[in-house]
Amino acid sequence: MSDVVISVRELTKKFGNFTAVERISFDVYQGEIFGFIGANGAGKTTAMRMLCGLSYPTSGRGTVAGFDVMSEGEKIKRHIGYMSQRFSLYNDLTVWENINLFAGIYGLSKNETDKRGTELLSKLKFSSERNTLVGSLPLGWKQKLAFSIATVHRPEIVFLDEPTGGVDPLTRRQFWEMIYEAAADGTTIFVTTHYMDEAEYCSRVAIMVDGRVDALDSPAKLKQEFRADSMDEVFRTLARDAKRGD
Amino acid sequence: MKNNFIPFVKKESLHLLRDTRTLLIVIFIPVVLIVLFGFAISTEVNNVNVAVVAPKHTEEINNVVNRLAANEYFTFKGYISQTEIDETLRSGKVNAVVVFDSDFDRLVAQISAGVPSPPAIQLILDAADANTAMAATAYLQGVLLGTASLQEMFETRMLFNAQMKSAYNFVPGILGLIIILVCAIMTSVSIVREKEAGTMEVLLVSPVRPVKIMFAKMIPYFVISCIILGVILVLSRYLLDVPMVSGVGGIIAISLIYIALSLALGLLISTFSKTQIAALLFAGMVMIVPILMLSGIMFPIENLPKFFQWISNVIPTRWYIEAIRKLMIQGVPFIAVWKEFAILTGMGIVFMGISLNSFNDKLE
Repeated sequence: MSDVVISVRELTKKFGNFTAVERISFDVYQGEIFGFIGANGAGKTTAMRMLCGLSYPTSGRGTVAGFDVMSEGEKIKRHIGYMSQRFSLYNDLTVWENINLFAGIYGLSKNETDKRGTELLSKLKFSSERNTLVGSLPLGWKQKLAFSIATVHRPEIVFLDEPTGGVDPLTRRQFWEMIYEAAADGTTIFVTTHYMDEAEYCSRVAIMVDGRVDALDSPAKLKQEFRADSMDEVFRTLARDAKRGD
Repeated sequence: MKNNFIPFVKKESLHLLRDTRTLLIVIFIPVVLIVLFGFAISTEVNNVNVAVVAPKHTEEINNVVNRLAANEYFTFKGYISQTEIDETLRSGKVNAVVVFDSDFDRLVAQISAGVPSPPAIQLILDAADANTAMAATAYLQGVLLGTASLQEMFETRMLFNAQMKSAYNFVPGILGLIIILVCAIMTSVSIVREKEAGTMEVLLVSPVRPVKIMFAKMIPYFVISCIILGVILVLSRYLLDVPMVSGVGGIIAISLIYIALSLALGLLISTFSKTQIAALLFAGMVMIVPILMLSGIMFPIENLPKFFQWISNVIPTRWYIEAIRKLMIQGVPFIAVWKEFAILTGMGIVFMGISLNSFNDKLE
């Protein structure tokens, strides 16, 4: 197997008496598309936030890109890209201004920014929309742009928190093609979703129920193990006794 | 990662420039307020309608009435009889009635000679508006005293504002009010807006330090505030003729500190608020009342109950207005407002410190 880029052991997050994430352990390998599946409220987003340095774990250990999640949050931030379920670009800035801003935040030089930005736009076939305000783009375009911008600094790992929420099936497909391309270039993708068909696209899937990881394997093996035809069935078998979520 | 500050300032400036409507409001409201307060709302006493009750028309009395009628502050509405006084005041036709004693000439002569005697003139005023009535009384007494040699007993000089112009009193107050409101309102929504839009999450996962996010947000608003300050100062000087005796240097210096403080206050509100509406309500509504009441804009601080006087100490606007009055109207050198300057600087640092401290890079 290739290098481990995320390693988590017994990671736990408590909010008061409520245990959002309970002692989860897993490894993610370089170039993998690692899916995090679960119902709303199962703890996916909380788990991801701990890995991104947005929130401190209550207990347990974990490393991301070789840095400790407890003590080296700032270093982690330089090596990851992030795109959240809510659209996360600035609507009142143009496409190019958004690219410039995020390239600037990650310390890209003027030349690098121009080069990366132009390349990114032509890949998206967005070159003509360079000076369009992001707010006036259709949602699907925004999501694709947001993903490209999340990878503008060529991060080792990209965290995607329900990136395809509210997007039409065609755009979702295109979005997943972009994810595959990034993974083929060696970027590790960590993606949460509650679309079970998207779970099929992942290299490996962790299924979260009530804050715990109840199953972790490739979609094919999971289906075999649970004698199911689809990930949807696997998930429903596991989530049958879930107490949280809807 | 040292260069990621500039793109951030650029971004914040673009947000501000793209929002043309807010930008226009922010610049025009101070202009409107200054013109309104400078011209429309005035505590000066103009056009006081006066009626006179004169049982006899001696030459002495005629002289007094002529002088009254000639005075620009008063409009002489004619003679009425003793029985009409109440009705005339009640109907609102006049604001004041001057009643001459039937023995006016003799009484004046007696008073001038130093012989104790009953009053020679009675003033009856409509005191429904107490301030105007007080001011009118003072003016009337001044004009009427011109007859008697009693005038020599007092020599009164109104320093710093000889013509008693209300603009002199209002401009520092309005300056203090506008700056803190505009700055605090503008910045209070800036952080919470990003929390609502979800962009804050992305900023927090990025390597930008919170302190940079905060300062980058302050810079464009600081520039806008300086423009507003400039507009108000020019209007005050050339439209309202406020003197600015000690030069604009000191005024600008203390205003810049005050602007920075107000911006920090706005950020503080923003870090604590969960929604833009909450931030706006707090900055716009909750703050405005204590600022208006307790900073000396409307009521002199010395007139407040001890408890409120004590509270007024923590209202930055109070110190700013005090300093600006001294600098603009009294024309003291800058060194004389060191205390206000130090207090404002201190408050600014405290606000900034608290907001930086509470705005950390974790989400929960």
